[in-house]
Amino acid sequence: MFGLSPGDWTAVALSLRIALVATACALPFGIAVGWLLARKQFWGKTLVDGLVFLPLVLPPVVTGYLLLISFGRRGPIGEFLYDSFGMVLSFRWTGAALSCGVMGFPLMVRPIRQALEAIDKRLEDAAATLGANAVLVFFTVTLPLALPGVIAGVLLCFARALGEFGATITFVSNIPGKTQTISAAIYTLTQVPGGDAAAGRLVLVAIALALAALIASEWLARRAAIRFHGE
Amino acid sequence: MIVLAVDVEKQLGALHLGVSFQAARGATALFGPSGAGKTSVVNMIAGLLNPDRGAITLDDTVLFDASQGVNVPPHRRRIGYVFQEGRLFPHLSVRQNLDYGRRMSGQPRDLAEFERIAKLLDIGHLLDRRPGKMSGGERQRVAVGRALLTRPRLLLLDEPLASLGVAHKREILPYLVRLRDEVGIPIVYVSHTPAEVRRIATTVLRLDNGRVAATGGIELLNAADEDAFV
Repeated sequence: MFGLSPGDWTAVALSLRIALVATACALPFGIAVGWLLARKQFWGKTLVDGLVFLPLVLPPVVTGYLLLISFGRRGPIGEFLYDSFGMVLSFRWTGAALSCGVMGFPLMVRPIRQALEAIDKRLEDAAATLGANAVLVFFTVTLPLALPGVIAGVLLCFARALGEFGATITFVSNIPGKTQTISAAIYTLTQVPGGDAAAGRLVLVAIALALAALIASEWLARRAAIRFHGE
Repeated sequence: MIVLAVDVEKQLGALHLGVSFQAARGATALFGPSGAGKTSVVNMIAGLLNPDRGAITLDDTVLFDASQGVNVPPHRRRIGYVFQEGRLFPHLSVRQNLDYGRRMSGQPRDLAEFERIAKLLDIGHLLDRRPGKMSGGERQRVAVGRALLTRPRLLLLDEPLASLGVAHKREILPYLVRLRDEVGIPIVYVSHTPAEVRRIATTVLRLDNGRVAATGGIELLNAADEDAFV
């Protein structure tokens, strides 16, 4: 279909799986960190803020390298994960999901944080007087009101994860069928003579996926707006 | 019979709030100019603002006692609170807004009570709408209903008419009078408008500059306070 080889399709499917898993796993952390940064004052807040946004400003290769030396089999975290759970991240698609999640994380946190900051806290007070404890207030008032920001954060993270290249290739390499994403496959094709046509087809797929993600998020955001303001 | 006993102090910027009063059944009005500390007093009763010193007791329950370290959180006080701006949840329909308190406290559905309150406040036709496109008067009636449906032991109304135009004020006042006469929950009513207080209150506390300046009946509202509407 579309002139893509089975290998190309594997890369497309792998990219989607990696981006979806990365976004889904990042979401609870993104909401938690966005909430902390929006609502809480604590010692070291500036540092946390900086750490979260570091992947946005660091060269992706540096982020990938830092992941490799900490989550690689001999890295402190990687060794712990392998010894405790038999879990290996380096040179696996799960590792690609980790690097994509880390790279997308700052883009996810920012709109969530902004949405949480914009919420009228007096609505939360009202919920408390109606008998809702702090956890219920968060899940029935705060989070639904922040939904447009959460949708925006999910889209940005997903798009970033789908296109991630530098950190991923540094951390998990470019193994066809295992860690080769669309971006890595395009890169490989551009390095071989006569790969232009195949690369072009993958480029079209990448554009189509990006557009689909955009349209989906627009649709979700519009539905959220309707819920807030009536038809 | 005394229902509510308040004896609290709090420093609020330049204002030193020191208020002590008791309220019986019926509607007690906290009456006074803007900045007298009225809203702060009801926020303390609801548990949204902590006094520096003092105690608040409702029926036989100590809600707050600084000396004993008692401070019941707002969600366990069972006090209905109608805010000046309504504060309906914009992401929920009117029906879901009204049902919110029951859901949060895990009480069984009571359709008869729901319909009784919807009828009392004349909001039955609004149930499937969202608050965003309703008039101020409709929103405020829903806010009253939402507070009532939590079966509160006390109802706080903080300037419930202040954000409304004259026509909507006229529209809501009769509902509030019915509320006082038919529902039987003690009411604390905050207002700086004598005409409103005269219609609603059975007892008047005049607050001035963080103090209770006078306590009595509606005769406390002298002619000089009179204003245009109603």
